[in-house]
Amino acid sequence: MVNDRDQIAALQDLVVEAAEELGYSRSARFALRLALEEAITNAFKHGHRSLPDSTPVEIEYAVGPERIRVAVQDQGPGFRPESVPDPTLDENLETPGGRGLVLMRAYMSRIAFNESGNRVELELRRPETE
Amino acid sequence: MAGSGSRIRIKDTQGVTQIEFIDRNILDEANIQAIGEEIGSIIDRSAKPQLLISFANVDHLSSAALGTLITVNTKIRNKGGRLCLANIDPQIYEVFVITRLNQLFDIKESTEEALKSFG
Repeated sequence: MVNDRDQIAALQDLVVEAAEELGYSRSARFALRLALEEAITNAFKHGHRSLPDSTPVEIEYAVGPERIRVAVQDQGPGFRPESVPDPTLDENLETPGGRGLVLMRAYMSRIAFNESGNRVELELRRPETE
Repeated sequence: MAGSGSRIRIKDTQGVTQIEFIDRNILDEANIQAIGEEIGSIIDRSAKPQLLISFANVDHLSSAALGTLITVNTKIRNKGGRLCLANIDPQIYEVFVITRLNQLFDIKESTEEALKSFG
């Protein structure tokens, strides 16, 4: 997928609608759309910061009755998630950026990065199966 | 009032500029940047900006939108003005709580309550 708003929105709709068909709650679908947005934004904005705009990111998703998995992989050099300052600390509260990771961690059941930090895997489990 | 290409509606009531979003999803960077610039120009035109931003029509909000709200808040405060947020759906309010931004922003339940708070 390239950095095109219509493509990004269409993919979000596809995954969220698949979740709806399987009976995932409104709050689960809210969480899913938000985490997808943050992961894709991070890939293009930060991962591809030094790459041409046309560089695509790879997205895999699997929507099942018990869990939803999404992986977003960019072609950038990666980053160390632990190096991102905690935006919820008092001293960072007025810093405009850096909240995507906090939101993904809060809304997903599991979030994991590969070693080089250019691939994030998101997993959302149905609450009753947790 | 909403100009061509504008992503917000603007109304003035008792010296308070009320802003509403046209889109239900405030997610993508380009739109958010445009919204930030539009609100920024309102702040620039006012000596002591009094802004009320309503989220009545908003279903989704990304971290990029939160970043723009923080920038708007800082600009308003630097001019001695005041920003109030209102009509935030419980799901969206949770985003503010997770990020602790409910402690940074002045958030009211309704437009009426927010307008009253401006005195």
